[in-house]
Amino acid sequence: MPALDGRVAVVTGGTRGIGLATCRVLADAGATVVLTGRDAKVATSCAKELAAEFGGRVAGRVLDVTDPDAVGRVIRGVARDHGRLDIAVANAGVLGDALLGMITDDLVTRMLSTNVAGTIHTVQAAARAMMRRGGSIIVLASVVGERGSAGQTAYAASKAAVANVARSAAKELGRYGIRVNAVAPGVIETDMTAHLPADVLARRVADTPLGRLGTPVDVARVIRFLADDDAGFVTGQVVGVDGGLVL
Amino acid sequence: MTELTTRLRAVFVEALALDRSVDVEHLVFRDVASWDSVGHMTLVAAIEDEFDVQLDTDQVIDLSSFAVAAHMLTGLLAGVTVGD
Repeated sequence: MPALDGRVAVVTGGTRGIGLATCRVLADAGATVVLTGRDAKVATSCAKELAAEFGGRVAGRVLDVTDPDAVGRVIRGVARDHGRLDIAVANAGVLGDALLGMITDDLVTRMLSTNVAGTIHTVQAAARAMMRRGGSIIVLASVVGERGSAGQTAYAASKAAVANVARSAAKELGRYGIRVNAVAPGVIETDMTAHLPADVLARRVADTPLGRLGTPVDVARVIRFLADDDAGFVTGQVVGVDGGLVL
Repeated sequence: MTELTTRLRAVFVEALALDRSVDVEHLVFRDVASWDSVGHMTLVAAIEDEFDVQLDTDQVIDLSSFAVAAHMLTGLLAGVTVGD
């Protein structure tokens, strides 16, 4: 029997990149998955494609994680429709690069409202849905949240905050049997890194002991591990998926 | 006692593990050891489950007694927001 058979998962920002790979990996492990995305058409079409692949066990919902009421409605709806919520992956996030002197208020607001507040809203709503039977929440930090990155001050600050959302929520929610962990991807081949100049990517690869960029599936597999009972005594951790970049 | 207060009473008893001696209808936050800040979140989740409602953050903070909870739920189930 697949490890996550019968489990119900919600993945925010599940329409592309790491989020989409996570939906596929969790569904492949037997979970019923509800993915969310800001664009209704994209969320519906991604869910339809995955549902065809996994026997209807994937559904899509439109959601902007910066709206706390909407996050509550969607996550509560998933728990109500399926009678449980076991796994929540707070993946929705935005990337914004700017050198220190070029950082606008708008950029800071976008980073904080989506990456930090959106993650907190998701953890809050998922925790309430899991309070009676426990569960696993995984949030998406980043290697730059641990190490910093020139030109990514606002993004790095937001991801450092996300790591501490995991640590703090883990302390608060452990008594309910809810585990909270973060994954901290390194440089991963996604739409969000596709805009980086080739020489920058080459330098990042050179800095990575494993000598390659990561893939969304590399990250999704660690998320699956953290979601599973195999990680039943793991909480409050920030797990690097970075090919050793952090070393 | 209305149907709502009967159901709400049952939620309080179960979520806060109240014994028979507790005067549930007059219970106030921190009246019993089990209704502390941790028990409060368990209670909120149980109320949301039982009545299929969603409390916003202000309502979670305002929910300071059985009577307030009953008043709040009456409004929520009627589709209106109820303040203090």
